[in-house]
Amino acid sequence: MNALAARRRHPAAIAVLLLLGLLVTGGAYSFLAPKDANASAPTAAADAVAEGKDLFIANCATCHGVGAQGTKSGPSLVGVGAAAVDFQVGTGRMPLAGPNVQAPQNKVKFDDEQIAALAAFVASLGPGPSVPDAEHTTVIKPGTEENNKAIAEGGEIFRVNCAMCHNFAGAGGALTRGKYAPALEGVTPKHIYEAMATGPQSMPVFNDSNLTPEAKQKVISYLKAQENETNVGGLTLGNLGPVSEGLFAWVFALGILIGCAVWLGKKAA
Amino acid sequence: MSTVNETRPADALRAGDRQADERASASKPLGGVAGWLDDRLGAAKGVSFLAKKVFPDHWSFMLGEIAMYSMIVCLLTGAFLTFWFIPSASPVVYDGSYVPLQGVTMSDAYRSTLGISFDIRGGLLIRQIHHWAALVFIVAVFVHMARVFFTGAFRKPREINWVFGTILSMLACIEGFAGYSLPDDLLSGTGIRAMNGFVQSVPVIGSYMSYFIFGGAFPGEAIIPRLYSAHVLLIPAILVGLFTAHILLVFLHKHTQFPGPGRTNNNVVGYPLMPVYIAKAGGFFFIVFGVIALISAVVTINPIWAYGPYDPSPITAGSQPDWYMGFADGALRLLPGFLEFETFGFTWSMNIFPGSILLLPIMWGIIGAYPFLEAWVTGDKREHHLLDRPRNNATRTAIGVAGITMYVVLFFAAGNDLMAIKLHLSINDITQSLRVLFFIGPPIAFWITKRICLSLQRADRQKVLHGRETGTIWRYADGRFEEIHAPLTPEERWVLVQHESLEPLQLTAAKDANGVDSPVARKERIRAKFSNFYFRDRVAPPTPTELEAAHHAHEAHAEPAAPHEAIEPAGVGQERETIKADRQRD
Repeated sequence: MNALAARRRHPAAIAVLLLLGLLVTGGAYSFLAPKDANASAPTAAADAVAEGKDLFIANCATCHGVGAQGTKSGPSLVGVGAAAVDFQVGTGRMPLAGPNVQAPQNKVKFDDEQIAALAAFVASLGPGPSVPDAEHTTVIKPGTEENNKAIAEGGEIFRVNCAMCHNFAGAGGALTRGKYAPALEGVTPKHIYEAMATGPQSMPVFNDSNLTPEAKQKVISYLKAQENETNVGGLTLGNLGPVSEGLFAWVFALGILIGCAVWLGKKAA
Repeated sequence: MSTVNETRPADALRAGDRQADERASASKPLGGVAGWLDDRLGAAKGVSFLAKKVFPDHWSFMLGEIAMYSMIVCLLTGAFLTFWFIPSASPVVYDGSYVPLQGVTMSDAYRSTLGISFDIRGGLLIRQIHHWAALVFIVAVFVHMARVFFTGAFRKPREINWVFGTILSMLACIEGFAGYSLPDDLLSGTGIRAMNGFVQSVPVIGSYMSYFIFGGAFPGEAIIPRLYSAHVLLIPAILVGLFTAHILLVFLHKHTQFPGPGRTNNNVVGYPLMPVYIAKAGGFFFIVFGVIALISAVVTINPIWAYGPYDPSPITAGSQPDWYMGFADGALRLLPGFLEFETFGFTWSMNIFPGSILLLPIMWGIIGAYPFLEAWVTGDKREHHLLDRPRNNATRTAIGVAGITMYVVLFFAAGNDLMAIKLHLSINDITQSLRVLFFIGPPIAFWITKRICLSLQRADRQKVLHGRETGTIWRYADGRFEEIHAPLTPEERWVLVQHESLEPLQLTAAKDANGVDSPVARKERIRAKFSNFYFRDRVAPPTPTELEAAHHAHEAHAEPAAPHEAIEPAGVGQERETIKADRQRD
């Protein structure tokens, strides 16, 4: 007790006290409130919500609060919808490994069933975008004229709305103060759709009135079509534009040519 | 009376008329095709002069050749591209074989570039060769320029050629920028958009200039045909013309050479053009072409199909110019926004104007003027055909490195977003650091380079006076240790002692004996200050007297070993001496 008393004037004491207070309040709230939330989510299976709640308390409550009402360390999850959970947890961004300017993509820590349960729990807190069904996350395959047209339209939508952060080829780009738009290669259609619908991190929300589900599908199809195109020009150098090309010219082209010049200079006349 | 001249028979009357013909036919040792050609062109004398022209051998003299050959590659592949490229901004609907763009409305320029890339046999390879060759061309130009600068090859009589080279390097960058802007893909259109902004940032007349260049409001339909004319006609013509003058002057001045035994300011030690350099340089052309073709075959450059057509509304992350314009882009990224202000009803875009418009003439102006500045400071009016070793002119080398540092800071600033994302840093921090580095980097680089040069000079001096350190430690019988120093050969030594070490200018008295102000004193004072800046720290190369003295000292130093040797059994000592001699030989 003496040790604790000695630290009572520590600068962090007030913060710890506040946090403790918040946790207690949140904890108390979580004892009283969830039942109402459960009741207001008639579509979600009651046991999935309950399982999700357990998972939530064990893995997410530290930052998001026991009732998902949000704390200083994490935003409120009321009304973010199942799509946000499915995106954040399904790409391994959540649970966050450590405080950072932005949650990086990471190893996925839960299986599909657990993710669905978490999503069901969060969806039960308030209405929000739900996990998209297969109708709009199915990739339109190039081949027919109609499909090609849809893909090309997706390309136009992508260039106007997405390329300024994610780069022309979806290779990613920098944002302010260490934040960034991640690369889009290899991201599943469902997760791309969810990202557009929920606007994770610094990304704006492209809801159904900004971009219709069909338009989102076209964007996804364009990205996948571009991914599946053979790299006709050879190595892409990361599709990062002239910077990587210039670096390559200075390091490799000049290096090889100077090597040849030295060799030729050494050759007897 | 006879009309016949007795002394000159009729058939001999016109004998003299044919003298020239006879002389010509008698003096023709050339037969076959060469003779036939010489009869018609009279080129034998010139060709023989060229064939006997001697060039010195050094790999760094080939950097300019890389530039020349990659320029030729650009000209060849560029001609191919003009067969299919349509420099037009008129809108068309794409129906070529690249699926993700089918049905998209785009300019004819972009459609034809897509056609070259996907539907013309070998088109993509040629396009990539053209673009890679352009990058390599300008890389080689800059490296060649650095070689000429650091070896002092720009000194009299080559100042004019340095100025030609400076203009060539600037034109090469502009030519590259014009070409980068032609395909009308999203990136090149963004480049033109940026250029429009640069032009508009010119105080007062900017917006008029923009309307003049674009033939109306941005983007309009005029800019692509205009850039095309500049890219394929105007700039290449000037480039090739100036380049020819550049090469002719090399022949006129003769090539510079690195110092060495037998090499003076009045000779060139090397091999004749024919057959040695015809083979070497001719072969090197194919090497350069081959390397560029290989790179173009395996590495994508400017994937215009992925960028999509230009449209003023979209933009892509990672929009950068090609590397040679990177320094200007970097300057823009570093310039703080608060520099823009308004007075007298005009906007003064000092956040853009200095980095985009002003920087180019300033940079190339300083580069072009440097030889004249240095000549003024040294007051040197002599011709120089022997190159400086960079360390022997420490201040010049340091100035060069400081300038390169400044350039590189700007250059890296152009990639600040990619550094941020790849190194997981904050773009704001990178920009702030580079802003600071732009000012403190060059002085630090100057100081470090100068110190390194001076210490290298000292090391050279040590080497001349005491020989090369062999790394062999010798223990004497009396317990003493000594490192064996191998003496230099006279050839090795000559390279280290041949240079002249300039001393700072002595100030002439400001007043003469009668107390009258000297008219030249003020100008001289400034010059003396510069001279002091250049040559204040100097390490004089060893003089023959010093060398002699050092040799004597070494011999005297070696003597005390002799008495100890007598104590040892004769055989052992002898054996040791042989080892020592062997090691010294290595």
